[in-house]
Amino acid sequence: MLGRTLREVSAALKQGQVTPTELCQRCLSLIKKTKFLNAYITVSEEVALKQAEESEKRYKKGHSLGDLDGIPVAVKDNFSTAGIETTCASNMLKGYVPPYNATVVQKLLDQGALLMGKTNLDEFAMGSGSTDGIFGPVKNPWSYSKQYREKRKQKSHGKNEDSHWLITGGSSGGSAAAVSAFTCFAALGSDTGGSTRNPAAHCGVVGLKPSYGLVSRHGLIPLVNSMDVPGILTRCVDDAAIVLGILAGHDPKDSTTIQDPVKPFTLPSLTDMSKLCIGIPKEYLTPELSSEVQSLWSKAANLFESEGAKVIEVSLPHTSYSIVCYHVLCTSEVASNMARFDGLEYGHRCDIDVSTEAMYAATRREGFNDVVRGRILSGNFFLLKENYENYFVKAQKVRRLIARDFVNVFNSGVDVLLTPTTLSEAVPHTEFIREDNRTRSAQDDLFTQAVNMAGLPAVSVPMALSSQGLPIGLQFIGRAFCDQQLLTVAKWFEKQVQFPVIQLQELMDDCSSVFENEKLASVSLK
Amino acid sequence: MWTRAVWLGLRASAGGRRGFPSKADPQGSRRVTAELIEHLERLALVDFGSQEAVARLEKAIAFADRLRAVDTDGVEPMESVLEDRCLYLRSDNVVEGNCAEELLQNSHRVVEEYFVAPPGNISWPKLDEKEPFSHC
Repeated sequence: MLGRTLREVSAALKQGQVTPTELCQRCLSLIKKTKFLNAYITVSEEVALKQAEESEKRYKKGHSLGDLDGIPVAVKDNFSTAGIETTCASNMLKGYVPPYNATVVQKLLDQGALLMGKTNLDEFAMGSGSTDGIFGPVKNPWSYSKQYREKRKQKSHGKNEDSHWLITGGSSGGSAAAVSAFTCFAALGSDTGGSTRNPAAHCGVVGLKPSYGLVSRHGLIPLVNSMDVPGILTRCVDDAAIVLGILAGHDPKDSTTIQDPVKPFTLPSLTDMSKLCIGIPKEYLTPELSSEVQSLWSKAANLFESEGAKVIEVSLPHTSYSIVCYHVLCTSEVASNMARFDGLEYGHRCDIDVSTEAMYAATRREGFNDVVRGRILSGNFFLLKENYENYFVKAQKVRRLIARDFVNVFNSGVDVLLTPTTLSEAVPHTEFIREDNRTRSAQDDLFTQAVNMAGLPAVSVPMALSSQGLPIGLQFIGRAFCDQQLLTVAKWFEKQVQFPVIQLQELMDDCSSVFENEKLASVSLK
Repeated sequence: MWTRAVWLGLRASAGGRRGFPSKADPQGSRRVTAELIEHLERLALVDFGSQEAVARLEKAIAFADRLRAVDTDGVEPMESVLEDRCLYLRSDNVVEGNCAEELLQNSHRVVEEYFVAPPGNISWPKLDEKEPFSHC
């Protein structure tokens, strides 16, 4: 049952083949078994079981709230959840219990979803590996997959070394790992520079970044106000569309959400590809791109072409400057956003009582790690009066050029852009930590962050396994607010490539009951 | 963790205090002077903590300097991707509130309905006036 899609499980719940409580307990048991992945910071067991109980009552009466009623979900730990600790993986917010739910969390709960827990991340969502939080790094479930381990046995005839485990990517690594390991059906992440799509590609799941302004950021502890978007991680594109349909829409508490009416949608199946135009940005073919990803990218382009779509090369001339621009804008906005953490109203507070400034400084030194402090200081540098024009305003101008590049490409008739999501498959943790956080982010965010600067929707879809047995995903970028069209193309692609299911053999042997329902007669869908 | 005394020693060896911060050099990147370090620490209320952090800032500045190569003549800065739309303004009615107790619960130091702060009229001491921080 845990391996099914949202729609299938929802139908099974309605037909009484499984109850929300059973589903909840199986997920909780799997979370315990996969504790070594360190995907969850907080597991809200009691809350989830209570929600399951209420969901069960609704199903018995035939009054289910919708497709998400009784479905286990997880939420990244930088979304505020009432009554449940929200830490952002930082000492600054350790022990902080918000008095309110983020709008997106509230929307999920209003639909009856079961909140399994809060997932692990890089501290304050700054990073591309989910390795820099105070609760430790998240391990990629694929490190323990049959597919990966068999390939490793062929190469190194030594014993299974756990020391060679792989990173999940970041910063929503915990959410990606939670979905990939079947502990929940959907998870919320956040996407500022690729933080949802990057771990999605490394963990073999679908990672959707909706258009900026479509989904409310109220309750999402902000990193970069002009680029942050709540992200959605699921095991298939259809599920992502269902969740997006629930989360999208104007929120009076977030003035940056658009007021256009938004309705939940179903994704049509694409049959006539001849009207579709796919763009391949040539500047994304960088020397750092691994040959495997490159060949999969070509293969995907050929696939579209062979089915009748028009596939053309396009140019985004300012691509090489987008990382630098992002670096300046991100650190500047971070410097501003992190100023709220002074220890007075919430969060960590030190013992110094000499003066407010001394107290603030010591609190912030104790609360933030090096990465966060580094960004705050860089940001403050760029915002100094003598630097403001040359760095911050300059970066804002370059941002316009980058956004314009995309507009020009879409105006020339392109519907969707096809690019890699990451440079290569997931790397071992030991290799990842050889470079510092800023360098890694600059390398890993290459394909993903220009999208955040332009506010466009993008989705990473897993395509195939690498020669090492690890997932590689490709990214589709759509026009602003054309998320439905983007997902329609992604769904077609997903069906064509038939990405394999992760085989977590050891876990399967332990909890064989997890998959026993696979043998039951097929679930009838509405 | 770096105590203030050790930190002072490091900065002394890095070149000590200069008279004035260097002006922006149009060709090369800014040198990060002790003045600048102090200024940033005061503004951000976050300390560098080590020479590595200063080196990281220098690298970050050098990285950002690449933007100079882009021709942005006549280009307006972009603040928001939604700049073509009108900002939503809701009507000025009270719809929520009265949650003082809930909000006060998250603070470490509270007296009745006040957040308690240490005195604010004591300025952040200058470099040579500072004592080493006691570790909390």
